[in-house]
Amino acid sequence: MASKQILSPLPGTFYRRSSPDQPPYKDKGDSVAEGDVIGLVEVMKSFNEVKADTAGTVVEFLVENEDPVMAGQPLVELDG
Amino acid sequence: MPIKVLSPGLATTVQDLGRPGYYHLGIPISGGMDRLALRAANMLVGNDEGAAVLEAVFMGPELEFTSDAMVAVTGAELPPKVDSDVREGWAAFEVKAGQTLSFEYLKSGARAYIAISGGVDVPVVLGSRSTYPLGALGGHEGRPLQAGDELPLGTGGGKAGTSVPENLRRGPGMPAELRVLTGIYWYRLTEEAQGNFFEDTWKVAPEADRIAYRFRGGRKASFVDREPPFGAGSDPSNIVDGCYPYGSIQMPGGTEPIVLHRDAVSGGGYFMLGTVISADMDLIGQLQPHVPTKFTEVDMETALGARHERHALLDNIREAIG
Repeated sequence: MASKQILSPLPGTFYRRSSPDQPPYKDKGDSVAEGDVIGLVEVMKSFNEVKADTAGTVVEFLVENEDPVMAGQPLVELDG
Repeated sequence: MPIKVLSPGLATTVQDLGRPGYYHLGIPISGGMDRLALRAANMLVGNDEGAAVLEAVFMGPELEFTSDAMVAVTGAELPPKVDSDVREGWAAFEVKAGQTLSFEYLKSGARAYIAISGGVDVPVVLGSRSTYPLGALGGHEGRPLQAGDELPLGTGGGKAGTSVPENLRRGPGMPAELRVLTGIYWYRLTEEAQGNFFEDTWKVAPEADRIAYRFRGGRKASFVDREPPFGAGSDPSNIVDGCYPYGSIQMPGGTEPIVLHRDAVSGGGYFMLGTVISADMDLIGQLQPHVPTKFTEVDMETALGARHERHALLDNIREAIG
């Protein structure tokens, strides 16, 4: 199985859930389909959904909730 | 023949050198945040330096061309692609009718300037084609681009391969340094707070935008005690309403410095500790969220010298492009 990564399209602050009282969009072991939202990047007062451009199973998140991220930085590692 | 917007990027707007002359009426100067990059992009495609271009922030748009044109991308390192072939930044290249211009991930900086030969020919509003989204004024329908928009172009020339020599290109520093002239309200800060402001390393807050750049991470400022003047209210960072210059630095509540930029409001009731010098305003437009930033105190002579250097740099670019 090849390993793949989903990259952040934007610099900003990464969030794994849509609001603090919601469960994370995806957890370790979850399957991800192309187009699924895997997190949010906050920048310039707006929250932008990060959508998977590839499908697979979440091996691990490479950044923590509320971490600063750069454009092109790997966010999630997928298997499959 | 228009350009079709297939995807708009994050907040791509039409900008030229701005709309001076109405700030006293509450209409901001707008225009590109990095004007040196904007001018250079226009020069590369044979436009007037003040022609309207697209300012893309953090993420590029996807544009389909319906006629042949010359394109140049300057400012942030946001590599352009014609169909799937990557092109160089700070250089003119041709895009043919039917081809699509798109962008790779941002590598450095924040705002890329996309000049197209002939310029983006949206209507002139109050002397400028710049977009002021908050006021729904200028640009394309007074707002950032959306998928499905069609942008009219003027007619132009330009020559593929024309480029800005590398030593004349300007990107953001890391950490960034912003030079500051203290202002008439500087006395409101205690001596300790004055020292801390220049000593601390601040970080660009994610909400920084065309209106203002906010910084956080430094120590909270303390203020000299006073009897609040009539109308100012009890918060020590308040003043009786005043005019806000472009580049002025507010610090509401003494917590986070906010540098006003091209789409700022023109007045209000926060004290301003000083202004970022004009030569460094372009640089602010290239700062990404979380970039460490130091403020450095300079005097008027240094500020004017820096402005002079900036003009000389622009002259050198003009000469190099011919």
